[in-house]
Amino acid sequence: MRARIWGCRGSLASPGPETVRYGGNTSCVELRTSDDSLIILDAGTGIRPLGLTLLGELPRTIHIFLTHLHLDHLEGLGFFSPLWESEVDLHIWGPPSPVRTLERRIARYLSPPLFPIHLQDIPSRPTFHDVPDDEWKIGTAVIRARPISHRGPTVGYRISENGQSLAYIPDHEPALGIDLRAVEPEWVSGHGVAHDARVLLHDAQYTEDEYPRRVGWGHSSVAHVATFAEICSVQQLVMFHHDPLHTDDQLEVLLSRARELWGGGSAGPVLAHEGMELDLS
Amino acid sequence: MKEQHEHNLVLILARGLASSIATPMFLVDPEGTLVYYNEPAEAIFGESYAEAGELSPDEWGTRFSPEDPNTGEQLGAQALPLSVALAEKKPDHRLLTITGRDGKRRMIAVTAFPLFARTNEFVGGVAIFWEAGEA
Repeated sequence: MRARIWGCRGSLASPGPETVRYGGNTSCVELRTSDDSLIILDAGTGIRPLGLTLLGELPRTIHIFLTHLHLDHLEGLGFFSPLWESEVDLHIWGPPSPVRTLERRIARYLSPPLFPIHLQDIPSRPTFHDVPDDEWKIGTAVIRARPISHRGPTVGYRISENGQSLAYIPDHEPALGIDLRAVEPEWVSGHGVAHDARVLLHDAQYTEDEYPRRVGWGHSSVAHVATFAEICSVQQLVMFHHDPLHTDDQLEVLLSRARELWGGGSAGPVLAHEGMELDLS
Repeated sequence: MKEQHEHNLVLILARGLASSIATPMFLVDPEGTLVYYNEPAEAIFGESYAEAGELSPDEWGTRFSPEDPNTGEQLGAQALPLSVALAEKKPDHRLLTITGRDGKRRMIAVTAFPLFARTNEFVGGVAIFWEAGEA
């Protein structure tokens, strides 16, 4: 299994000279399993350049896993080139809601006046799936989705193949209302997704000084993510969902702090950046 | 792939709420097993959650010797608001007299309600309570 990051910015795309090293596109990760199944994690603006690279592979099956429907995880979908190709077998997975189907919720964005074309008129005619409670398979990968602590229906994904797991929890506030070190792991949101993962891509949006003014917004401080990764015994923490106000230099200060706090696996924390490749084979 | 146990997110968030409020609060899983009560509840029960630990419905239902405050009659576990909320999947409320592990009798008002996750999955129940006067 191999992963490539196409977008790791949180909240709002932030292109510019101050974000060029880590990138300004919002959340999108390409995942290829050993049998070449293609899974795309989230549809932030990073999915646009990814889509262009896929045009040479069509026709093919593509699975898009949405963690939730906040705009920074969805706004690239309409600009994903394969969406407009009728020979694509496109499956979109996301968290269930008791009120509206996934298709109807996404159609609120992919329809006028927010978007010029109605979802029902899109040539690929995507198939929509609520993520199941039980694990399921795509090609050679086993997928687990679990609700996690964030604003609105949100899931984290665990993708496993050949005994190696990648956990993806880009928006997450596991420390809301609890002291992460004072409770047993089964009382920590996201533990069922991230435990013993080879790689964890996780929300690391705030500094410790910023977090107290943003409690309940659904994101983590650097201290929270370092603690969460340690509790979950992950080997490699990839700090993800960078704050749009943080420059490259500020992100590197955040990384230094994460390394100071790190008590987890030997690989230590790293910052996600556009073009980053992760080999889990 | 072996699944690591994790409580349902709704229970995790409910525990976070319980640990953040001054209102005594008691939390059970879908089987009715006590999985947490907060410090304000400890003051009324006369025993910390760490000492009590996880308890089955029969154990927590009788542990504090609940009685009807009007008749003085001993109440079975099934008569408690949380048991009603779990069995009938609806809120319930009543006055009780209990005897804490510290030996003190207290009259308490209890309101209990079931918890359902977003997909209407039943995931447990909550009881909140407060002292309602001298027993």
